[in-house]
Amino acid sequence: MSGEFVKAPFKNVVLRWIDDRLPVLSWAYNELVIYPAPRNLNYWWNFGSLAGIMLVVQIVTGIVLVMHYTPHASMAFDSVEGHIMRDVNWGWLLRYLHANGASMFFALVYIHIFRGLYYGSYKAPRELLWMLGVVILVLMMATAFMGYVLPWGNMSYWAATVITNLFSAIPIFGDTIVTWLWGGFTVDNPTLQRFFSLHYLLPFVIFAVVFLHLLALHQFGSNNPLGIDLTAKDKIPFHPYYTVKDMFGLSVFLLVYGFFVFYAPNAFIEPVNFEPANPFRTPAHIVPEWYFLPFYAILRAITFDFLWIVPAKLGGVIAMFASIFVLFFLPWLDTSRVRSARFRPVYKWLFWVLVVDVLVLGYCGANPPEGWYLVAAQIATLYYFVHFLVLMPLVGKLERPLPLPTSLREPVLGAAPRPQPAE
Amino acid sequence: MAQTQDGPEKGAGAVRRDFLELVAWSTLGVGTLVSLWPFVDSLNPSADVLALASTELDLAPIEEGQRVTVKWRGKPVFVDHRTPQEIEAARATPLSELRDPEPDEARVQRPEWLVVIGICTHLGCVPLGNRPGEPRGEWGGWFCPCHGSHYDTSGRIRKGPAPRNLHVPPYTFVDNTLLRIG
Amino acid sequence: MRKALLATALLLVPLAASAAEGEALVDRSWPHEGFFGSYDKAALQRGFQVFEQVCASCHSAKYLAFRHLAGIGLDEAQIAAIAARYTVVDGPDDKGEMFERPARPSDYFPRPFPNEQAARAANNGALPPDLSLIVKAREGHEDYIYSLLVGFEEPPADVEVPSGQYYNRYFPGHLISMPPPLSEGMVEYADGTPATVPQMAEDVTQFLAWLSEPHLETRKAVGLKFMLFVLALTGIFYAYKRRLWAKLH
Repeated sequence: MSGEFVKAPFKNVVLRWIDDRLPVLSWAYNELVIYPAPRNLNYWWNFGSLAGIMLVVQIVTGIVLVMHYTPHASMAFDSVEGHIMRDVNWGWLLRYLHANGASMFFALVYIHIFRGLYYGSYKAPRELLWMLGVVILVLMMATAFMGYVLPWGNMSYWAATVITNLFSAIPIFGDTIVTWLWGGFTVDNPTLQRFFSLHYLLPFVIFAVVFLHLLALHQFGSNNPLGIDLTAKDKIPFHPYYTVKDMFGLSVFLLVYGFFVFYAPNAFIEPVNFEPANPFRTPAHIVPEWYFLPFYAILRAITFDFLWIVPAKLGGVIAMFASIFVLFFLPWLDTSRVRSARFRPVYKWLFWVLVVDVLVLGYCGANPPEGWYLVAAQIATLYYFVHFLVLMPLVGKLERPLPLPTSLREPVLGAAPRPQPAE
Repeated sequence: MAQTQDGPEKGAGAVRRDFLELVAWSTLGVGTLVSLWPFVDSLNPSADVLALASTELDLAPIEEGQRVTVKWRGKPVFVDHRTPQEIEAARATPLSELRDPEPDEARVQRPEWLVVIGICTHLGCVPLGNRPGEPRGEWGGWFCPCHGSHYDTSGRIRKGPAPRNLHVPPYTFVDNTLLRIG
Repeated sequence: MRKALLATALLLVPLAASAAEGEALVDRSWPHEGFFGSYDKAALQRGFQVFEQVCASCHSAKYLAFRHLAGIGLDEAQIAAIAARYTVVDGPDDKGEMFERPARPSDYFPRPFPNEQAARAANNGALPPDLSLIVKAREGHEDYIYSLLVGFEEPPADVEVPSGQYYNRYFPGHLISMPPPLSEGMVEYADGTPATVPQMAEDVTQFLAWLSEPHLETRKAVGLKFMLFVLALTGIFYAYKRRLWAKLH
């Protein structure tokens, strides 16, 4: 890790005996207590640990919910709406915590990702740290999608149908893959049962990748709002400074989470999903959960055949997967030597345009793909890819960054006021 | 300022274990513990399980000396139409001979009908003796094959490792021939 | 979904449900709305009367067990008396035959039709939806149910209503297969409230809201405690964090 491995200073004989033979306690001591963190991290750096806590909340509530849930097409809806929500002690709370928890988890992770984009946290030497993060995002999406299917409401059913049908766009193997996903001729009980199995498995895979993510983080330490490499003098021990700051952030987050769970628990749930799955009636407006809307807009934006060889259906699927896949190459698409957007006058603007672009995509994703919504979605989709594939490499080369400080102290000692945490 | 402090300050007095610190961490700890309760309580039987229907049994076809088994809350319940000899044997037993002293009169509502939960009080096996031809143990009641507990004609433990008599479920006679358990 | 986006953007602003399309619904305030709202037990009990005597002749409520009625303020004896009015099929008995017996509190409310086909056959091909979750399953929620119940009216001159269908101002497309269910005085309320159509619509809507979300009151009560505790926790950690970090600067 960034410093030398220090043995935990236990006075207790038993703890020391264990730690001599199995140094997990010393490991935790190094990584969570004395781990040197930049002293200038702002509140945008709270979201990573919050997301980690949310992952644990989802796993714990999920494990308990599984004790009451029945993964069978004829009983899933009843077991959720008739049993868990009515008769299981605190079942309503567990279910609302888990369902709203998914939305909270994505909100935290998206903010965490945009923080990384703004401050250039993906740049050398943190490329693998970033790529592991993208892997976590992809796994989260798969997990959330399959979890949404489990209550077997009518939106669950049709979400499963539409998303699995995406794979039929793949040339030659498409239909075979879809049959594997379904286990039948349509979305039905076999589909539900395999989704259930994978929905239980993937969170633990996420947990493992989060562990690798942390391992990679601690190799070079956190980036910071200035984006410069800090010396040991500019770092402070993680505990108590950041543990306390994280707990303050957690409390504020719990107010938001609690508001949804206790006062607007169904805000994220479509009314249609309170009707049981009906293979004969597609809901009038099929919309995914909010966290998938930008990707859904990209999927539907490709309404034309591309170069005569890529049909529109396949084009949409490719564009949607590419919109996530492109993130893997970000460390090399960004050619600037400067990390933080604070010292990049042009990129800073591009960042905010990208934020707006993604919000526009989300808005279009929630509306039918017709008229202006479709045009806006197509423009926004085009811009999304231009941002990553054209603007980022170009601006990195052409932009003249502001002079960088050499340490945290420099801006403090000079006449200029101490830099405030961004926003 | 930054110049004066670097690195860990454990024990240096810079980070005092003061009152606020104690309050903050203990409040967080208490909150975490309390919020675990819903998770634990959800493991208790849910409302639909607790409300499980009671079981009714028509007694008319059960002849004297015959024993039947009915299911109540997922468990076997033994209903024994006892013979006068069996009643006599149960009532003649002095309480001093019993491990779990209970007079037969306290275990039945009507002497000819014994109703007990058919689960050995040792480790939960179902004792033998309720079907014709099965061993009934040394006291003519039930015999648990798992670890050799013998019960008498009142369902009381007489020999073997079981600590208690067979439990009597709540039941009522709706009329002369209809028994409702639960 | 627009609602959800809005919610994330404005976090603490209460969500304004916008009726997706069609006629603007009757916008009413309900006693169980808001941070401190709770159910009006008297209205729920009147609403159950309407449900039992009117709705239940065509609509099922498959998640409603008699024992659940404790939630609308009935005691054990009242629940047992209501259950005893119904017979349910039980069995098989020792001879392998199903038999009927009086319902007990643990039984579920009997369905008017044994299956979907029977329900359609008896209703001109239309399926009366199950009412267990109806308030949550419709855009507009309580306001929609109330509006629908009071929204039957004479069709405009240019609308032709086929036989077996009825004109409803608030139903999407206006043509509904459900005949106007409520008429003045059709229920005799136990508490003597005059049974006007708006009164019955209001009561049964509240009963159905309870049926969709029976733990609403517990939820808000626990929520209040949770929010107050976390608010205190936030304050404590804010003070602690400031004090701790002040030593650094």
